[in-house]
Amino acid sequence: MSEMLNTLEQTALSEYKYGWVTNIEADEAPPGLNEDIIRFISAKKNEPEWMLEWRLKAYRHWLKMEVPRWPNVKYPDVDFQAIKYYSAPKQKKEISSLDEVDPELRATFEKLGISLDEQKRLSGVAVDAVIDSVSVATTFKTQLAEMGIIFCSMSEAIKEHPELVKKWLGSVVPVTDNFYSALNSAVFSDGSFCYIPKGVRCPMELSTYFRINAAGTGQFERTLIVAEEGAYVSYLEGCTAPQRDENQLHAAVVEIVALDNAEVKYSTVQNWYPGDKEGKGGIYNFVTKRGICAGVNSKISWTQVETGSAVTWKYPSVILKGDNSVGEFYSVAVTNNHQQADTGTKMLHIGKNTRSRIVSKGISAGFSQNSYRGLVNVGKNATNARNFSQCDSLLLGDKCGAHTFPYIEVKNSTAQVEHEATTSKIGEDQIFYCNQRGLDTETAVALIINGFAKEVMNQLPMEFAIEAQKLLAISLEGSVG
Amino acid sequence: MLSIKNLQARIEEKEILKGINLDIKPGEVHAIMGPNGSGKSTLASVLAGRADYEVTGGEVEFNGKNLFELSPEDRSREGLFLAFQYPVEIPGVSTTNFIKTAVNEIRKYRGEEPMDAVQFLKKMKEKMKLVEIDQSLLSRSLNEGFSGGEKKRNEIFQMAMLEPTLAILDETDSGLDIDALRIVAEGVNKLRDGNRSFLVITHYQRLLDYIVPDHVHVLYKGRIVKSGGKELALELEERGYDFIKEELGESVEA
Ligand SMILES: Nc1ncnc2c1ncn2[C@@H]1O[C@H](COP(=O)(O)OP(=O)(O)OP(=O)(O)O)[C@@H](O)[C@H]1O
Ligand SMILES: [Mg+2]
Repeated sequence: MSEMLNTLEQTALSEYKYGWVTNIEADEAPPGLNEDIIRFISAKKNEPEWMLEWRLKAYRHWLKMEVPRWPNVKYPDVDFQAIKYYSAPKQKKEISSLDEVDPELRATFEKLGISLDEQKRLSGVAVDAVIDSVSVATTFKTQLAEMGIIFCSMSEAIKEHPELVKKWLGSVVPVTDNFYSALNSAVFSDGSFCYIPKGVRCPMELSTYFRINAAGTGQFERTLIVAEEGAYVSYLEGCTAPQRDENQLHAAVVEIVALDNAEVKYSTVQNWYPGDKEGKGGIYNFVTKRGICAGVNSKISWTQVETGSAVTWKYPSVILKGDNSVGEFYSVAVTNNHQQADTGTKMLHIGKNTRSRIVSKGISAGFSQNSYRGLVNVGKNATNARNFSQCDSLLLGDKCGAHTFPYIEVKNSTAQVEHEATTSKIGEDQIFYCNQRGLDTETAVALIINGFAKEVMNQLPMEFAIEAQKLLAISLEGSVG
Repeated sequence: MLSIKNLQARIEEKEILKGINLDIKPGEVHAIMGPNGSGKSTLASVLAGRADYEVTGGEVEFNGKNLFELSPEDRSREGLFLAFQYPVEIPGVSTTNFIKTAVNEIRKYRGEEPMDAVQFLKKMKEKMKLVEIDQSLLSRSLNEGFSGGEKKRNEIFQMAMLEPTLAILDETDSGLDIDALRIVAEGVNKLRDGNRSFLVITHYQRLLDYIVPDHVHVLYKGRIVKSGGKELALELEERGYDFIKEELGESVEA
């Protein structure tokens, strides 16, 4: 804890800490979107014909769709023709091991606080790193392969494991699901693929770091996680982006499949560039994340710490199809300055005895708007379904807003759905109490918000939790006192 | 060590402290008594640096420094401790974590290295014994759901951990059962070392049986209207505040 607070002190003067740009030559598509661009992306990636067809189908559908307007966020319309849909850091040649990664790139990761070597040696976390749109390094691959675990970039999966990709890609989030998922399906350039075979417990955390580097690009990564019967995996995702005046679009899709008795734990620390104090620049983070508990007794747990992005629009959801399956959503969303977040979850109870738990902690400061939007749906066959939702909002200052939109739809009378919500402010008296014990206000606020978010932070794997605690504090710098 | 001269303070246009004079020397224990609303907690808050109060006049010197030039956290780091009359709750933050942060912030201010886990635990154990506080209480969220007495005991525990040079105890005895009162008082007595000073705000003479003060002051309507030795507390206990009001020439209702 004190270590964390020391780090806080050090970073107290820094603003967005990850706002640098790496000078790596990029291999890019010109701005704009049409079928040729999609062919270009597919060709760049040496994709098989079926993948190109899949993309084109998504694109043609997307053309007929409209931008969603219902989230509680305001931003100027995105010009989809001004975005570059493909940017890959130029690698001299195919890389076969981590040691061959471009030194500039490696330096980038070290700045991010992830030394791939360190990760490899110390924490036993397998890392896949995606910069702009392309996966650059996957560590631990061979060790995992011995257990039958596949952890690689999506591009590689398409080439090496087409039968799996064909079977599961788009099975949870159909191409036609929504505007941004259709766009993603058409243009996604990379992402991570993770497959845990029957009965295997993945012995280490699998982790992907995403970073947007090039200017004027969008990032459209695609992640697919499949846990076969009785499999278990804990997966981590982190993201950052450089500081730029323009808004950049990030529209990712994550799909998770858990078969009988399988369990997937998915944790994110989202720290895309939030824009400056006046609200200029920042990432538009429009993400579709969904998991299906397809088998009996399966479990999917989402944990997210959302501190970045100018606008966030994201509802990691669980389809509870298998009997006795469990869905969880733990979220901390921090908004400061002019950030806007509309985030929450959907728990769709289909199977019998399905259970879901939602814990959402929203922290708003500055002029920001923070909305929780959640749907709990109990279908008519979901006998004895249970849901518990807890939505707490913490306000710093009086110019920000916290909103809660809980939707509950119950079609089975045996269901039990509970919803609790609170809104509180950090009290002057709490801060004064901390001051009186020698804590300055910045440290006091960090301590109080980490206390507020504790139930969610506790869900994160250790090394992530420490990073997340620092992030919470950094995001709220200068918002009190 | 603490020298208060003609201190005046107000809150929201209301004059509360109307010229306080008080000198506390190293190692001394001063008690402040006085009717409800006379300004005792206000005095404590102003000394600790609560922002709601506006200091409108006077000077305070603390360990040779102008107190009003120090931020509230620096006052604490300089050795001023306030045991609150109403300690606040901080959900999700354990007392252990809280006090560890506090200890290390204060050490940092003094140019010392943070305490490592072993040292810290050793110190915790020692002080827990001193105030007879249970480990389980310290792992819970700070003051959340604590009984009134537990909160007060926790304040004294924190005081023991932070080892201040001046401790202000604002009605720490209120809400304590007889055993707890004795334990808290003994805790305070064990911390008396000839250098550490105490300003004890209380309504009850009983506390002063345990913590024997060098001086007793009566605060009334924002002024110290009477000072004396420990026998003044006994006199107040017997006679109430009426005799003071009479001495001040105020009419006393029956
Ligand atoms: N925010 C405020 N606005 C107006 N008056 C206030 C405010 N805070 C305190 N006061 C008043 O200041 C006066 C002194 O209060 P203070 O808490 O210092 O009294 P006290 O001597 O500690 O009383 P007690 O023995 O009941 O604890 C009281 O009349 C109180 O009502
Ligand atoms: Mg009082």
